[in-house]
Amino acid sequence: MERVYLDYVSSKPIDPRVLEFAKPFLEGGCGNPSSLHSAGLEAKHLLEDARAKVAELINGENEKTIIFTGSATEANNLAIKGGALRNMSKGKEVAATAIEHISVLNPMKELQKNGFTLNLIPVDSTGMVDLVKLEEILTKKTTVTSIMYANNEIGTIEPIKEISKIVHDKGWYLHVDATAAAGYLPVDVQAEGIDMLTLSSNDLYGPQGAGALYVKPGVKLQPVILGGGQESGLRSGTENIFAIAGMGEAARIAKEEMAQESERLKGIRDNLIQALLMIEGAYLTGHPTKRLPHHASFRFNYIEGESILLNMDRLNIQVATGSACSSKTLEPSHVLLAIGLKHEEAHGSTVLTLGRLNKVEEIPTIVKSVKETVERLRKLSPLSSREVI
Amino acid sequence: MAQIGYSKKVMEHFMNPRNVGTIENPDGHGKVGNPVCGDLMEMYIKVEDDVITDIKFQTFGCGSAIATSSMVTELAKGMHVDEAMKLTRNDVASELDGLPPQKMHCSNLAADALHEAIKDYESKKETTERGTKAQREDGRQGKHRS
Repeated sequence: MERVYLDYVSSKPIDPRVLEFAKPFLEGGCGNPSSLHSAGLEAKHLLEDARAKVAELINGENEKTIIFTGSATEANNLAIKGGALRNMSKGKEVAATAIEHISVLNPMKELQKNGFTLNLIPVDSTGMVDLVKLEEILTKKTTVTSIMYANNEIGTIEPIKEISKIVHDKGWYLHVDATAAAGYLPVDVQAEGIDMLTLSSNDLYGPQGAGALYVKPGVKLQPVILGGGQESGLRSGTENIFAIAGMGEAARIAKEEMAQESERLKGIRDNLIQALLMIEGAYLTGHPTKRLPHHASFRFNYIEGESILLNMDRLNIQVATGSACSSKTLEPSHVLLAIGLKHEEAHGSTVLTLGRLNKVEEIPTIVKSVKETVERLRKLSPLSSREVI
Repeated sequence: MAQIGYSKKVMEHFMNPRNVGTIENPDGHGKVGNPVCGDLMEMYIKVEDDVITDIKFQTFGCGSAIATSSMVTELAKGMHVDEAMKLTRNDVASELDGLPPQKMHCSNLAADALHEAIKDYESKKETTERGTKAQREDGRQGKHRS
């Protein structure tokens, strides 16, 4: 059977049009954008073209608001460490939701080890930020509050505009990790009141090896990586022109096709959710309606997520799980625990994320394979014959 | 090169596990792990003259939990209970051409489940033997009295 890839939230194939656009800069090489000769100027031109395209995707004020990095992880580190360390005179508090990506939580924990106070903002059982708690937690000493646009594991979309009002009323900067949302949802940094926003090239169907941080004019950061002072001094190191040019082109295509593509994927997603919730002991994780258009996440009683992943892979369908058994730490996903799932419930997590190569015709195969997998694993499970969970 | 993911043998046992199910009135039953940790195994054995003649398992858990359960049933079937008690987690893992390091501990409980089943068998046997012995002694006493 032909491969059905349903793990777009983990990695996306590079769009052939993006590859076509950026390939010459990999094959033929290009100058260093810091050089003043013609080859350098050509590279500089590519870099600035990409910057403008990325700024346009999120409605940044101008292209200078975009700082290119090596990855979304690096952009998150720059926003959090750079924001907190540069603004220490205002206070030594940072805040984040309990469901942030590990590349947000870990820099915050490092700040905590170095004398900062870290406040975690709880979410409800659908993954929505508790706005009352947010208001209570933030103070004028909270320099950076990080809240993701939408969650990669459960698909829930946060009310960023409302959050922004609270953050600016009570604290200082709002950083938004839009890695999972950009390209699927119309992110607008100006209309939504965002101070810093993280983007990933690969999540836009661009090459791996580039990320970006939008920094609103006037927001003060200090660099995490020091050197030659590239990217307005905020991210030193010679720019990866192939990846950055590709990211720019990927952003341009995403902006152009987003509305139509998201609507198409939403149709497939809704069909999948409807069909898979017919399985006994199957539950949706995350918000039922305020969720990413390409995101369907579940938990199944009596069986374990890694087994589901392996079994589905044998049927040539690639899915993801937040189960403990699939992680290096053997801890269940912090996101599933934060929405109040018990350990034994979190073990049955299965995440299906759709993308450009998925077709509506694949739905019956996917549904049949999930049903077969669940049925087979339940036959092996001592729990399914009992009411333990 | 370091092993990436599961061995072919693990995947083969995961996809086609041997001896799945339960045994009614087993001679021994063992249960280890719990669903909170993500692994739960139950092992059932039939024993004749201290030899395991039939063995079945049910497992809730990841790929290696299922594969090690299947492998241990295959190894133990036809084995003397004393020999089966000597089967270790490492034996099971090496029969499967190795497990990823983080899986060696928690998902490799199959040997423990087997040992629990054998211990259950031994304790039942002891109770039965004591019962039979007591009956024989009762019989002798009865004879003596008459």
